[in-house]
Amino acid sequence: MQLFPCPFCGPRSEAEFHFGGDAGNVRPDEDEVSADRWSSYLYMRHNQKGMSPSIWMHMTCGELFQLDRDTLTHSVAGSKALTEGGHR
Amino acid sequence: MTSFRTLQPANSLTEKVVRFTFDGQRLEGLEGDTIASALLASDVSIVGRSFKYHRPRGLWGVGVEEPNAFVDVSGTRSLVNARATTEMLVDGMDVRSVNASPSAARDRHSFVDRFARFIPSAFYYKTFMWPNWHLFEPHIRKMAGLGVIDPIATYPQPADQINETCDLLVVGGGPAGLLSALIAARSGRSVVLCDDGLELGGSLLHHRAMIDGVDGFEWVRRCRQELHTLGAKVLTRTTAFGIYDHNLVGLNERRPVGADRLWRVRPSAVFLATGAIERPLPFANNDLPGIMSAEAGLAYLRRFGAAAGKRIVVATNNSMTKEVAEAFAPIADVREVDYRRGVRIVGAHGGSRVDAVELSNGSVIQADAVLVSGGFTPTIHLFCQARGKLKWDDKLLVFRAGEDVPNVSIIGAADANFGLGEVFESAGNALRKIGCEAPAMPRLEGHSSSFEIVETWPKPKMEGRVWIDLQHDVTTKDIELAARENFVSVEHLKRYTTLGMATDQGKTSNLAGLALMAELTGRTVPEVGTTTYRPPFTPVPFGSFAGARGGVLLNPPRRLVLENLHRDDGAHLREYGGWLRPAWYGDEAEERAVQREAMQARKSVALFDGSPLGKIEVMGPQAAEFMDFIYYNTMSTLKPGRCRYGFILRESGIVYDDGVLVRLEENRFIVSCSSSHVPGVYAMLEEWRQDRFDRRRLYIHNATAQTATLTVSGPRSKVLLDAVGLGISFDDASLPHMATGWGSFDGTQVRVTRVSFTGDRSYELSIRADRAEALWSRLKHIGQSHNAVLMGLEALMTLRAEKGFIVTGKDSDGMTLPMDLGSSAPLSKKKVDYLGKRSLFTEEAQRPDRTQLVGLEVIDGGGRFPTGAHGVLKTGSGKRSLGYVTSSYHSPTLGRPIALGLIERGAARHGEVIDVQHLGEMRQARIAPPCAFDPEGERLNA
Ligand SMILES: [Zn+2]
Repeated sequence: MQLFPCPFCGPRSEAEFHFGGDAGNVRPDEDEVSADRWSSYLYMRHNQKGMSPSIWMHMTCGELFQLDRDTLTHSVAGSKALTEGGHR
Repeated sequence: MTSFRTLQPANSLTEKVVRFTFDGQRLEGLEGDTIASALLASDVSIVGRSFKYHRPRGLWGVGVEEPNAFVDVSGTRSLVNARATTEMLVDGMDVRSVNASPSAARDRHSFVDRFARFIPSAFYYKTFMWPNWHLFEPHIRKMAGLGVIDPIATYPQPADQINETCDLLVVGGGPAGLLSALIAARSGRSVVLCDDGLELGGSLLHHRAMIDGVDGFEWVRRCRQELHTLGAKVLTRTTAFGIYDHNLVGLNERRPVGADRLWRVRPSAVFLATGAIERPLPFANNDLPGIMSAEAGLAYLRRFGAAAGKRIVVATNNSMTKEVAEAFAPIADVREVDYRRGVRIVGAHGGSRVDAVELSNGSVIQADAVLVSGGFTPTIHLFCQARGKLKWDDKLLVFRAGEDVPNVSIIGAADANFGLGEVFESAGNALRKIGCEAPAMPRLEGHSSSFEIVETWPKPKMEGRVWIDLQHDVTTKDIELAARENFVSVEHLKRYTTLGMATDQGKTSNLAGLALMAELTGRTVPEVGTTTYRPPFTPVPFGSFAGARGGVLLNPPRRLVLENLHRDDGAHLREYGGWLRPAWYGDEAEERAVQREAMQARKSVALFDGSPLGKIEVMGPQAAEFMDFIYYNTMSTLKPGRCRYGFILRESGIVYDDGVLVRLEENRFIVSCSSSHVPGVYAMLEEWRQDRFDRRRLYIHNATAQTATLTVSGPRSKVLLDAVGLGISFDDASLPHMATGWGSFDGTQVRVTRVSFTGDRSYELSIRADRAEALWSRLKHIGQSHNAVLMGLEALMTLRAEKGFIVTGKDSDGMTLPMDLGSSAPLSKKKVDYLGKRSLFTEEAQRPDRTQLVGLEVIDGGGRFPTGAHGVLKTGSGKRSLGYVTSSYHSPTLGRPIALGLIERGAARHGEVIDVQHLGEMRQARIAPPCAFDPEGERLNA
């Protein structure tokens, strides 16, 4: 059982969190999005070995945040809120 | 008589007699005995039968390493496959050996051993391949099984589960663990100390020592006392079975009374003081009862006053057994066989018990017990689970801990320190690492710490049957067979021969097995390597992991605020999407009741509890823009006070949910998502809100649980509501279909929304959950004079299917796009971006042969189609699926079966006849529009 640090609630059990995907997988918003670009956004994952930034939702407070975590050792380097100034 | 109780003082016993039975035989032990020590003192030499060959087996060990003495216990508490060496003897226990019938001493399957040479590794798999292994498997398993589970036994109480944090967790209460726990506790640290034995002390319970001027046993007593005074938590009979991510350690505490207890400990630092396990020596028939670990022999003698025999051979390859021979000298005839002097045992003789050993110099020694030591294997399981790497020590002949793992220290014999001085020193080093400066070291007297050992690994082509794994009957020949058949990787070796796969997980056998494989394949031991260490270290009852999550608490359903009223009305409750809801009401059989409710709902008026319906409020200046992004349909054009049906898609374009969106005010919407999708939709809305919108201008609140929704549906719904009177006009001009407004009931606001899932005129009344009971009672009361019926979910499902209204996830699947359900308009008209939009324009989404929602009419005169039946098309080579039936009911309104389905190109094929197949039966259906009843929708305003 890993401990994830929610930027708003502090360290909590991983069972309280929901995975939200790789960080930086930005939704293509331009008018004409190619099929390749769209399918890459939907399905292509880096499955990165080592330190990897990912998005999680803390289900008990409802906040999304970025977690920097090593996929090999499961060590957590830190987390940060996605909005400036944290909770608003 | 061979083994016996001595009259010497025993460290762990009192004089109180304890009565028990073993395989039906009445026996006596003393208070403080384990089952094993009582059996040894009672001269029971055969304690079990081996797994495969049903060989007679005696005690080998004294603790968790025991491979032979597994027993089922009843009479006091029920235990299955318990280790006799770790269970305390309790008055009244009925103990049975496992894998033996009628008893371990007279097992009817013992004949199997005579065929042993015909049953090598993988024999069963090779022999019983044809026609099918599964035909033979039950019989073979029955012969080879272990303890018997009582299928109707229940835990007397759920297991406690305790979460704990501390500065230091010490695993193992031997000298290293005790000293560490004590010094850390003295420094003010919070300490948890656990030990899997019945009492603290480890090797000090049976080895002589002088520490700080007192004998070892007294030193243990003082440590225990001081730990208690300092407030450390000390758990005996408690096994640390696994170490998990971020330093979570799982402990299972075996309690004398009641269920085991699970501890989840999250310490800042862990010390592993888990000791070492003695290895056997390889010689022919080394599995005979009476051949025992030398450490175990000493422990039984010193702790329990139980002597293994009267003519004892102590056979050793190392310096640790000197004390064993000395201890037995006063009470037995002791002979030593020291491999370090070049002499070794080549074989043991005996039938149901050892009676002699034959040495390499040709001499034969008569013996009734052989205490052997093949060296010590550090217990590094938890270290490896914590991702620690091992290194091979050529001098001590052990795998030992390699580089440090953060927050985990390994000390004492677990780190291959076999002398007491070194043991204490290793504890001191670990303490310094966590910041205990200059820990005071105990003073030792007369203790030599030099450990010497010579190599005695099993060799290829040894004479006779030389056992490696006692519990799973793996011999040197099996390992040689594995090598011949090229199962040379250590993981293959394990699975092919089952070496180390028994309930003891090869604690005494793994190293000898891989040393032989190294020899056979010309590799070194570290080149062969070890198998992966995984939790649990010893078996943990499922009950511990389950805790309170059993029975009704396994997956507790959500409950309606009106549940008790529904029960009073005779509701039959079922779980739907996590909620316990009325399926139908009354005493009739389900089919009749559902038909009656549906019929009456069409004729007069039905009352339905729709409280689980989603009520997620979306508020703020960005709300309309947000709803346009979330929904497939355009929602910003909706007028305040009006509702619109729509789909929510995933980014893949697949329909995730459908439902009605209510626009209460300019900047306030209510998402009425499906009952079972509320948590998912809520999380989805939050995700996109935080990702793309201004959280100061958009707010989401899930009001589902605190709001009850009561539905009044049917031709007489308006009349009924007029009579109830909610301070709002129900006529079609003020409140048309798909409109919403506020009324009040006894001073409480009621939101009245005119939407319909039945196809009839319907009103949803949403009210604070704590006021719902009064409103429901009033509806029922007034309803009496309007022929109202209480309607359960089954009847509602029938009514909505008549109308062709879908349930997402039932009438749609993981491939369904909104166009497949007949909704194409937004595709061409809606200009702004929305969830899943781009996916609807892919090649796959635009394929003409997609499966589409249709109605399916029964035309063969049969009953309704089974849900899941496939539409099939005959092809040149056979047939293929065209899709399947998603919903199927008998319509009381139409007096015939109705069905919905997803059928290839279905929308363009209305009127065509297709074959429908289910479990070999072939029937026929005509494709029709999904809506089978009132296609013009006239009843909405009737
Ligand atoms: Zn949080």
